[in-house]
Amino acid sequence: MKFILNDRVVEETSLPSDFTALRYLREKRGLTGTKEGCASGDCGACTLLVGALEAGDVTYSTLNACITPVQSLAGKHVVSVEYLAELGDGLHPAQQAMVDAHGSQCGFCTPGFVLSLAGLYENAAVKEQGLNRESVCDAISGNLCRCTGYRPIIEAGLAMEGQQGHLLSQQDWLKAALADLDNQALATEYLRPNSLAQALAAKRQHANAEFIAGGTDLMLENTQRYKDFGVLIDLNNVAEIRQLGEQGEQLIIGAGVTYSELEDFSKTSYPQLYNLLSRIASRQIRNRGTIGGNVANGSPIADMPPILLAFDADVRLDKADGSSRVVTMSEFYLGYKQTQLADDECIVAFHISLDKLAEFHRFYKVSKRMEDDISSVLLAARFTVNEGRIEDIRLAFGGMAATPIRAQVAEACLQNVAVTDDVALQQVLQALREELKPMSDMRASAQYRLDMACSLVRKAWLELNGHTVPSFSGHPVPESWLALGQEVGQTKGANHA
Amino acid sequence: MRKLPDNLVTAQDDKALPIHESAMKHVTGQAVYIDDMPEWPNELHVATGKSVEAFADIVSINLDKVKAYPGVVDVILQADIPGDPDVSPVLSGDMLLAGDFVHYIGQPIFAVAATSLRAAKQAVELADITYQSKAATLHPKDSLARQEFVLPTHTISCGDSKAALAQAAHTLSSDLYIKGQEHFYLEGQISVAVPNEDGGVQVFASSQHPAEVQKLVARVLDLPVAQVLVETRRMGGGFGGKESQAATLGCMAAVLAIRNRCPVKYRMPRQDDMVQTGKRHDFWNSYQVGFTQQGEIVAAEYDMVGKCGCTADLSDGVVDRAMFHADNAYFLPNARISGYRGKTHTVSNTAFRGFGGPKGVLLAENIIEEIACKVGKDALDIRKLNCYQTGKDRTPYGQQIEEDVLLTLIEELEVSSDYRARRDAIKAYNQQSPFLKKGLALTPVKFGISFTSKHLNQGGALVHVYTDGSVHVSHGGTEMGQGLYTKVAQIVAKAFGIDYQRVNVGSTRTDKVPNASPTAASAGTDLNGMAALDAANTIKERLREFAMEHFAIAADAFAIESDQVILGRETMGFPEFIKLAYMNRVSLSSTGFYKTPKIGYDRKAAKGRPFLYFANGASVSEVIVDTLTGEYKVTQVDILHDVGDSINSHIDIGQIEGAFVQGMGWLTSEELSWDDKGRITTNSPANYKIPTSADVPEKLTVKLFDRANSEESVYRSKAVGEPPLMLGISVWCALKDACASVCDYQLSPPLAAPATPEAVYYALQSAKAYQAGAKAAEQEGQEVRV
Repeated sequence: MKFILNDRVVEETSLPSDFTALRYLREKRGLTGTKEGCASGDCGACTLLVGALEAGDVTYSTLNACITPVQSLAGKHVVSVEYLAELGDGLHPAQQAMVDAHGSQCGFCTPGFVLSLAGLYENAAVKEQGLNRESVCDAISGNLCRCTGYRPIIEAGLAMEGQQGHLLSQQDWLKAALADLDNQALATEYLRPNSLAQALAAKRQHANAEFIAGGTDLMLENTQRYKDFGVLIDLNNVAEIRQLGEQGEQLIIGAGVTYSELEDFSKTSYPQLYNLLSRIASRQIRNRGTIGGNVANGSPIADMPPILLAFDADVRLDKADGSSRVVTMSEFYLGYKQTQLADDECIVAFHISLDKLAEFHRFYKVSKRMEDDISSVLLAARFTVNEGRIEDIRLAFGGMAATPIRAQVAEACLQNVAVTDDVALQQVLQALREELKPMSDMRASAQYRLDMACSLVRKAWLELNGHTVPSFSGHPVPESWLALGQEVGQTKGANHA
Repeated sequence: MRKLPDNLVTAQDDKALPIHESAMKHVTGQAVYIDDMPEWPNELHVATGKSVEAFADIVSINLDKVKAYPGVVDVILQADIPGDPDVSPVLSGDMLLAGDFVHYIGQPIFAVAATSLRAAKQAVELADITYQSKAATLHPKDSLARQEFVLPTHTISCGDSKAALAQAAHTLSSDLYIKGQEHFYLEGQISVAVPNEDGGVQVFASSQHPAEVQKLVARVLDLPVAQVLVETRRMGGGFGGKESQAATLGCMAAVLAIRNRCPVKYRMPRQDDMVQTGKRHDFWNSYQVGFTQQGEIVAAEYDMVGKCGCTADLSDGVVDRAMFHADNAYFLPNARISGYRGKTHTVSNTAFRGFGGPKGVLLAENIIEEIACKVGKDALDIRKLNCYQTGKDRTPYGQQIEEDVLLTLIEELEVSSDYRARRDAIKAYNQQSPFLKKGLALTPVKFGISFTSKHLNQGGALVHVYTDGSVHVSHGGTEMGQGLYTKVAQIVAKAFGIDYQRVNVGSTRTDKVPNASPTAASAGTDLNGMAALDAANTIKERLREFAMEHFAIAADAFAIESDQVILGRETMGFPEFIKLAYMNRVSLSSTGFYKTPKIGYDRKAAKGRPFLYFANGASVSEVIVDTLTGEYKVTQVDILHDVGDSINSHIDIGQIEGAFVQGMGWLTSEELSWDDKGRITTNSPANYKIPTSADVPEKLTVKLFDRANSEESVYRSKAVGEPPLMLGISVWCALKDACASVCDYQLSPPLAAPATPEAVYYALQSAKAYQAGAKAAEQEGQEVRV
């Protein structure tokens, strides 16, 4: 496999399938500026910038090198901290801004921050967008610093505004060099099928092989439990699972769509989804992790499954024999980390009815930390309202059982009642307490999970009834919520869509 | 006697101040941490086999499969350690490898050296070890009940607290369980040991205390200390976690290096680090306070139980410091403060920025919030009323508060943060807002500076001037990001009167400066800066004597200013002058030494002066809480902090902000969790959440309190590493204040520490329940009247 590492093409033919980009840089290339802080994608000390040639342009995004197989970067431009200062005279604007703002203390996290900021700088310059606190915090949402308290790092990010030069994507040689990389003939234990049929055939051929897309969960087996993988089948080149868009009466979300891609897509049309996506993991993880992976790994605390449950999404599963089946999300989970997915099967896409997407829905996530944290409880609620009555309802939860679940007894309590019926609401809350049996762990007690399930349903109900009920996010609290005399919590008329 | 120059660094333009000496290397990836050093081809890597029992006798150990695993070169047990297997920093009981028994889950029982870390990690899982379990003590409450302590209890008292409590107008009694904190330095623990040709060993350690690593490596190898060289260039963060506990890695690597005659690296992957190394102590504090109608404290009785873990480690000092700071900024005329060193079958807890102090300060601030609600006043008024001031200036341990800084500082911040107007606005907001509630708190910190172990209050340095006028400084302190090297270089440059650029601070090595104290207790600059100053002054005096003789000038005709040597009416460049001095056989190298004056604590009497001085600060935090979930955001923070005359304001402000956020993290999102077997369940950044950039408010203002240290510290500066961590307590108090708003501030509801959204939610519930109870009682009363 070949890729461009900083300023040169490199070729590797004998790496283990699961050999991480972090180990590759540090152990094989002596590029020790990229650090291991956690080896689990949680701290960002290993952040790299990766450029991909798409539609004639090279676009860059960040990822965690510690949980990325280096072979998944075939055909890409991989940029480590050592290269940035070579792009022009003096330091890269991200580096200079970090120095000027006193943005480093112990320095161990610094290269990761520099790359996250350099990625922001690159994208802002290419898209001619200004920098603001929100975009800076978004870019560094997966970078932990234990020394500075972040203020100077945010300041450094903002100080890149108006700087020029050091642009990765404007290097003359780069596009041609990327286009010239030929990764077709190189077969190792890391397989890169170009079609679904090829991928499924490979899975049939290699019984113990694993599919890998973002690998943000799978690779923890390798880096935390020291499991050696054999054959890995990379799905990132499989076009069939990368579709994203409205088709007919449905929204199709391919299993291989990343969180970041779905975030971009939902920004204008689906604000609830967009806001919730910003609460999932970090920018680096969202750039790699896929919707299909989030669903397939069967975790009860994954955030996408309750959302798909709330919309009665269909899951399309394909097999190597060419057969295809559709199961509904509510049938997909069988037990803790157990799903309908057969060994030789692959999730292709999720299908959501546009009509249901147009109905009133709310997603709430409660966790200890706003950014990059796993849910204690997540509620995805959808109400079908007709003439002031609730005709149908979905209350889907993460973190409340061994699988993502719907609270169907509670749902029944609100079936066919007036939206304003607070007696029915009390019945729902009672039903939730009887129906849900969450557990206690390091993230939350069972009691708090249950109390939150009720609080969040109440929140959704209040919003359904036109109350403005604030929910915090990683972003600063809006001024309007902070100001006296604002209508926070007041009714502004029914809002059923 | 040393003369302290009076032209202060703070008088300079801030922009002219040096940046962190490694800043350029940090941002370009050129700064070398131990894991970045090139590996030798024969280098081995270490992993340990861990106990899965909290407290048990080891019945049998079968390591056949471990030894047979591909890549494994050596496997050792305690019996294979050539010297003493005890690697305790001060006392005893910390075994490099367990012997007959284990006393925490994760305790290393055997160690493997293999050709790769992966092979070592995979191999250790193949051990077959059987145990005979024993009843484990996992909670400090149980330690107290069972009287299981790692060290004897210590009590400080003044006045007659019992009598004063009995006579007090009001009393409060309750308890507060304060959880610990994981250090989460970004660079995990690591050491590399390289054997030398004399049977000794060189150890590269990510350690705050290289001299102790050296001593303990010598002990486990049964070698003279002089045969061991330890070097620390920089750490990727320490925060106390690499004060005592880094030594284990150096010792293990050294034992395996000597056995196998090859370099050995021991790097703990994050999960091992979080399981196998100690943390900030949990404390279970119970308290009884008596106060007047106005809210003035007249008596206090505190029982503070530290969760020390399975051994003493540094817990004696940690619990002492918690006790020394249970007054925080407040005068306690009658007090009894008892500190218990609770033994639990968990990893041995250790130093963490603040070293017990935060557990005392949080106790004090919690009590203030409760008193304020009880007497119906603003908590700030209770703070000011009780604050140390003239006539109320003696601590329970007898040290006088000599500086009149605290109240002035609090009042300055009260004005600059617009506290009163914001308080009014918040009350109005809370009355009107059904779901969101705001909270506000101004909390001070007074933090004692000096090691409470008197002998550690010494510093050493070695300064060389080379013939080109460049200067090399070595000192006993270590660089963990706090900017110590930068400050020491500034101090030396200033002492000589030369450009900062001429001074190079080299990595910390035990063969340059011996027997150095740990870089801890915020004392790095105070001790090492003074020692470097002493060395520089010695050389400068030699240069003066040479100049007087050579140029036949008076003593006061010699000076070095702005990189120019003034010789009466003539001037000369520094390099030229130094070359001349060399040609005339002037010694251009000197050691320097410093020991902190005035201090001493009589443990038997529980009285004395443990601290040379106090560093002070205060912080105002404002929060907004979602009462439906307990989630919250910090919306504004204003800090005023006393660093004396700042040597480098950029570095000092960086320390203050970073410490504040770390303190905020300790009391908000960072929650350690153990299961009922004693296994730590927060073993990864996936489940232990330190703050991110989104948790830091946009409105964050830090100002330095402009006053020189009244003690003769280095250039009249004050220590800055730890004290501002406790400014984060203002966030916790503001959350408590927001919770109190739902019962109209009649009660300051109990709030767990850390105040996770869950904890805040249940504090809100108890405030609501109190309010409902009060309303019911009120209605009942009305009915009776009717």
